[in-house]
Amino acid sequence: MNQGLALPGFLGRLPADRLFVVVSRATALIAIVLVLSALSPHFFTAQNLINVLRQASLQFILSAGLTLVILAGGIDLSVGAVLGLSACLGASLIAGGHLLLGIVAALGAGLACGMVNGFLVTQFRIPAFMATYGMLWIASGVTHVFMKGEVIHGFDKTFRFIGAGHVGPIPAPVIAAAALLFALHVLLHHMRLGRAVFAIGGNPVAARLSGMPVKRHLVTVYALSGLLAAFAGLVVIARVNAADPGIGEELLLPAIAAVCLGGTSLLGGQGGIAGTLVGSLILALIINGMNLLSVSTFWQAGAMGFIVLASVFADQMGGRRVAAVAHHTYRGGKS
Amino acid sequence: MSAQATFPVSRGIAFQLAAAAPGAVYLLVILCAGLAVWRPAFFSVANLTNVGLQIAVLTIVSLGMTLVILTEGIDLSLGAVLGLAGVVMGMVLVSGYPLMAGVAAAIVVGIVFGLANGAMVAWTGMPPFIVTLGTLGVAQSFAMVLTQGNSVTGLPAQVRWFNEGLVLGIPVPLLATAVLFFLTYLLLYHTRFGRYVFAIGGNRRALALSGVRVSVYLVAVYVFAAVMAALAAFVMTARMNSAHPTIAIGLEFDAIAAVVLGGTSFEKGRGGIVGTLAGAAAVGVLRNGLNLVGVSAEWQVAAIGLVIIAGVAFDSVRGRT
Repeated sequence: MNQGLALPGFLGRLPADRLFVVVSRATALIAIVLVLSALSPHFFTAQNLINVLRQASLQFILSAGLTLVILAGGIDLSVGAVLGLSACLGASLIAGGHLLLGIVAALGAGLACGMVNGFLVTQFRIPAFMATYGMLWIASGVTHVFMKGEVIHGFDKTFRFIGAGHVGPIPAPVIAAAALLFALHVLLHHMRLGRAVFAIGGNPVAARLSGMPVKRHLVTVYALSGLLAAFAGLVVIARVNAADPGIGEELLLPAIAAVCLGGTSLLGGQGGIAGTLVGSLILALIINGMNLLSVSTFWQAGAMGFIVLASVFADQMGGRRVAAVAHHTYRGGKS
Repeated sequence: MSAQATFPVSRGIAFQLAAAAPGAVYLLVILCAGLAVWRPAFFSVANLTNVGLQIAVLTIVSLGMTLVILTEGIDLSLGAVLGLAGVVMGMVLVSGYPLMAGVAAAIVVGIVFGLANGAMVAWTGMPPFIVTLGTLGVAQSFAMVLTQGNSVTGLPAQVRWFNEGLVLGIPVPLLATAVLFFLTYLLLYHTRFGRYVFAIGGNRRALALSGVRVSVYLVAVYVFAAVMAALAAFVMTARMNSAHPTIAIGLEFDAIAAVVLGGTSFEKGRGGIVGTLAGAAAVGVLRNGLNLVGVSAEWQVAAIGLVIIAGVAFDSVRGRT
């Protein structure tokens, strides 16, 4: 390992490039809060902050599965479309009165899409971005065919709780996100699958040579990504009380943005689930700020794109320069 | 193309050709046979011309995409760049500037986005799909903000000639596509730039070690692709007689399908633009054929998604043996 800088606590134990990520994200978070507090009188109110938290939670649930995939060195471009497909499938059943069946069907559809992705990547050796890009369009096409251009709305109260309900002052999605964060933290840091995810992302050849069932783990990871996208879909439709076929189309960029903002490396093996929570928070704050300052929604796609580029760029350049020397010894000279 | 060399001579030339032909050729043969039986109307001159015009824009974008994919990259921003270039050109023309100014403005949009994509891919080591996904969002936003989500209409009459006009009996869009194909062919197979494109995909490290400034050529490839998208924007705007900011969203998807079906691999710089021509034709005929049979646009999207995955899987399996 490389030498940490002379800093207190866990910061001192981080490699230099990870330190760059942590410090830059913390700075960004504080800066955004300060700027928005100064610019808008409506920002620092309990109502608005709870709103931001709920938005961040929805974002986190969608990006959580994607984080696992990216940690394992892959990518899942189909999360938005799979969210749409599962949400619409579930919505049609739930609106028809089959609550449990609808939830099971939605989660099942997400799981199935994820498994197919994993299968395509591991068995056919299709590049991950290509396999999941194809899946994006397949899921999107099937969703539109299934919905025939219609919108399903009006779900019963029981179901809406997961998206629109509260426990005390805390919105239900926030609790769901907290539970998910805990579960995935345990999975990543205290279970065999988690260690395998980091190992495969860091060095897939070494992982395979050390006897890990790499393919099986990868299929599991893609399946989890699909499953969590489906869960996010249920939360979203419960929140807005409607499901339309285009629901997932604009969610892919934010999902990737949250993971990148969270400091998880697109090259795999570095980062974590807590980072994605921070990324989701920053993203929710930015969107909230754009709304409060009444910036045209037309700018949102551009802002997402810019955030993805800026954070990946910063980590590639800034982090790499800071860590150049340490990295070299740490990886034993492997370029 | 280079796959031909891997088959033993003794199996006969017909077998060699069949085995080396990209998936697009098989798909085209199957589609044409099916259409000949069920929808002979497909082969009317009017419909074939129509298919040709539909394919023109796709082919131009696919040519640029081929070069990017040959370097083991991808450009997801081409559809959005096309949309933005079309909108910018439309606005310049509507403001009363001459035609060439509009085309120049579109090309500048292409160059700017190509430079941005290429620079980030070549010099920062960011994965191409993430770079171009980011610029996709940026280009889309610019187009929406410029037009407030509306179409740009009221283009000068001379633009229509570029869709309806005939030169030697050939529709202008087809002629333009042919010229661009020819120029790309020269660029790819008869210049140093072209050789380096294959070499970047084949063995980037060896190329760099032999003293070639790989980054510069890589940037040039992304600029080329984005400029082709800008030129395609002109053809598309002439065809629609208006420019719409979201018109080409998802066009990059058809283009990737065309390239993959045309036998260009995501690995090792295998493939070429002749295959892409067949690939674009296959995607165009598939869409047109599915339309004639009454399959909705939504199923078409799903079908092409399947075709892409099948194409890459086929290539991956074949590449392993």
